[in-house]
Amino acid sequence: MALVEIENLSVEFPTQGGIMRAVDGVSLRLEEGEVLGVVGESGSGKSVTMLALMGLIPFPGRVRADKLSFNGRDLLTISDKDRRKLTGKDVAMIFQEPTTSLNPSFTVGFQLTETLRLHEGMDRKAAERRAVELLGQVGIPSPESRLSAYPHQLSGGMNQRVMIAMAIACNPKLLIADEPTTALDVTIQAQILDLLMTLQKERRMGLVMITHNMGVVADTAKRVMVMYAGQIMEERSADDLFASPQHPYTAALLAALPERSEGGRLATIPGVVPGLYDRPKGCLFSPRCAYATEHSRHVRPDLRPWAGGHIRCHYPLGDPNRNAEIQHDHPVGTEAAS
Amino acid sequence: MLRFILTRVSLIIPTFIGITLLTFFLIRLVPGDPIETMAGERGIDPARHELLRKEYGFDRPILVQYGIYIARVLQGDLSKSVITQAPVLDEFLALFPATIELAVCAILFALVIGLPAGILAAVRRNSIFDHGVMGISLAGYSMPIFWWGLILILLFSVQFDLTPVSGRIDVLYYIEPVTGFLLIDSLFFSEDEGAFRSALAHLILPTIVLGTVPLAVIARMTRSAMLEVLGEDYIRTAKAKGLSRFRIIALHALRNALIPVVTVIGLQVGVLFTGAILTETIFSWPGVGKWLIEAIFRRDYPVLQGGVLLLGIVVMTVNLLVDLAYGLINPRIRHTR
Amino acid sequence: MTAETMDAPAVAAPTATPPHPLREFWGYFSANHGAVAGLVVIVAVVLVALLADVLAPHSPYLTDTTIALKPPFWQEGGSFTYPLGTDPIGRDILSRLIYGARLSLLIGIMVVAISIMVGTVLGLVSGFFRGIIEIFIMRLMDVILTLPSLLLAIVIVAILGPGLMNSMLAVALIIMPHYVRLARAAVISETSKDYVTAARVSGAGTLRLMFREVLPNCTAPLIVQASLGISTAILDAAALGFLGLGAQPPSPEWGTMLADAREFVLRAWWVVTFPGLAILITVLAFNLLGDGLRDAFDPKLKR
Repeated sequence: MALVEIENLSVEFPTQGGIMRAVDGVSLRLEEGEVLGVVGESGSGKSVTMLALMGLIPFPGRVRADKLSFNGRDLLTISDKDRRKLTGKDVAMIFQEPTTSLNPSFTVGFQLTETLRLHEGMDRKAAERRAVELLGQVGIPSPESRLSAYPHQLSGGMNQRVMIAMAIACNPKLLIADEPTTALDVTIQAQILDLLMTLQKERRMGLVMITHNMGVVADTAKRVMVMYAGQIMEERSADDLFASPQHPYTAALLAALPERSEGGRLATIPGVVPGLYDRPKGCLFSPRCAYATEHSRHVRPDLRPWAGGHIRCHYPLGDPNRNAEIQHDHPVGTEAAS
Repeated sequence: MLRFILTRVSLIIPTFIGITLLTFFLIRLVPGDPIETMAGERGIDPARHELLRKEYGFDRPILVQYGIYIARVLQGDLSKSVITQAPVLDEFLALFPATIELAVCAILFALVIGLPAGILAAVRRNSIFDHGVMGISLAGYSMPIFWWGLILILLFSVQFDLTPVSGRIDVLYYIEPVTGFLLIDSLFFSEDEGAFRSALAHLILPTIVLGTVPLAVIARMTRSAMLEVLGEDYIRTAKAKGLSRFRIIALHALRNALIPVVTVIGLQVGVLFTGAILTETIFSWPGVGKWLIEAIFRRDYPVLQGGVLLLGIVVMTVNLLVDLAYGLINPRIRHTR
Repeated sequence: MTAETMDAPAVAAPTATPPHPLREFWGYFSANHGAVAGLVVIVAVVLVALLADVLAPHSPYLTDTTIALKPPFWQEGGSFTYPLGTDPIGRDILSRLIYGARLSLLIGIMVVAISIMVGTVLGLVSGFFRGIIEIFIMRLMDVILTLPSLLLAIVIVAILGPGLMNSMLAVALIIMPHYVRLARAAVISETSKDYVTAARVSGAGTLRLMFREVLPNCTAPLIVQASLGISTAILDAAALGFLGLGAQPPSPEWGTMLADAREFVLRAWWVVTFPGLAILITVLAFNLLGDGLRDAFDPKLKR
């Protein structure tokens, strides 16, 4: 039994200009103790997907799925009460901005023991002892004295450690880390990633690493899911994906990594993620794709099995016939046309 | 913390000087000779006129006059009422408890209804309840309270004969002022049981009238502060911890939402005194508001001058206290300064 | 993260285009039913004020003691000649209310006009020149804000003498600090922006900068504050009238009407009820409009 099973998940937000689909037909499976990297630009729907799993989609957002289950529990029909017993205990989440994610009016100790007292039924004394232990485990020096500190008295890195301590307090089966290092200094980033990976190995917990940074994925994940405009574009093992990306978007993301740049200039992807008013009819990436054709601009590709993973593209890079197919479909992309 | 307090205290000094300047010029700007103005309509004989001119220093340069005025104020000498010849400070102190009693009841009334209404409206955003609270509170905010008082008298006193029309207590009772607050005096220092009930009955309508605008402001402010806080990252964290909805709202959100609300409550003190002037006039409530209005019509300028100064100082002090309380409930301020 | 959620792409209707800014503004504004209702009431009050001579069945000043204290038409003894009844000296209440609309609107608009003009200039000056001028102006505004607003107005009227003009000046002064603060804050935040630097580099003088470049950029909050200011002005001027310090009898100002009617509260409910209702409805309308404008100017706040 998989730890997480999601089939055909969509999340929609009604807005002034119409219904905005933030997540569009996402399916995914995660085994116990597996590390999954979810990559995409801002607004690709990667965070929203995981918030839907946590049941944290804010009103008036709507969640729909054929299947949404965690550890065998159906999350589509679960009662609010049962769900609260699950969240914070078996599934925990840490966020991008550690400082604003902690309540400014309460001490670190209060916020940490709150979880323990709620889910583990500890009394104040026991919870405080455990809190000190946890703060020690996440590498906070002199943890006893930090219990009475307020979040604004700690650095961003320290606050993220507190968030991690809070998340792992009840030994969760799954930890979702949403851009856990983005708001931190570069030196601190590596420390936090190390800490997360160490904890993951020690506790054999599932870990979903949401990030826009391919480098972070390379350091951590076994399997990678690339999202764009609310859809999965490509999904396969990390080694394969980095060695031979199949989707033009993945390839473009990798080419934009500084360590992979070949010439003097860093590669960029022209254009921006489609917004509310310019969502293409065909492949969502086609306006920015170097290999777009008349066909891909009008017909949206399905997510299909490919090369040991899945892909949503008419012309995967590893397909031997792709050049012929692109020519046949009237190329409009810059590279394909030349 | 001490530095924080000292900074805040020093900030009000210019305001204090401004208020004294205003009241200082008040009596000099009124058309006519200030001594005659102070003496009132009965007039004054030339010898005494000259004496008073000397005493108040009207023959000296204006800056010296201001210095004399400040010196008098700091010694608690706010000169005498033209009508009663009683020291202005004494009159003020005798009447002020009545105004405070009314103001405290009004703000409590506003808080007891306004806070829960605002919180519930935010939690049930866009519900019928929310729209109702917002609509009613906007009407309350727009309310001409001098009319509101008359309408309530029309309904409760005239139509249903439920509440008294005016005054603080029935003329049957005489309560020797101990604290000056009739509710307390009548409850603890009077043998007559009816006295407390009478005092309470007399308070109901004025409390509602004076509390209406603060109630509307508090409900609206609480709602918007709650809405803002409910969208914060740490509320998402609290949800991700699996906390109950009640705990998230009543503890994590409210604690932070109260910070701006406390400030607004502090600012309502000025609004309360404005309302007190009108409320006391309508209900013949023997407080400082009615006293000031009567002073204008009697051309009792020393009373007006002293009363404005004293009320200004009271508002200033309360604002300062609110500022300090703000520091107490907001750990970010408490620790950084 | 929230921002990301909201910015997230994908829409059901791919043909939609972003609406025109003005249209979008109207979209937000008209979605707020309260604001639209406020606007409708205000337009109605303006029309009544303009057409008072045509609409009013009687003169607002004509007294006739033989018909004193007639009740409204639906009560026994009332008639359609005096639809809302008559006051203690036999004047038609409806006619007085209609002419009163003129006064109230005049008060609201004049007061806010004076306040905005003087307040904006003071705010711009203190924002541009800073230093001692700024400290002086802002401290003065603090004093005005510290004192209970009506108390200050009463003091001013006590100095100048009771009357409509003087009460308008007094109310203009007590609502002024809002405009001064607004204009000053706008100047300070705008002057640090690139377009002001650009204008300065290209040789624009301070005065030109103040009025041509910066002022247009703080019009939205000023408009909102003006709408809310009109409601405060009407309310405070009516309160002064009620206390006998504003417009003097026999002026049909709504607050003054209430002052006259006070002693008849036990005998004739209608002389008390209608003038206050007129104040409440008008003030509420301007507050609704102000709220609606603010939300429409800043849709982000609304969500």
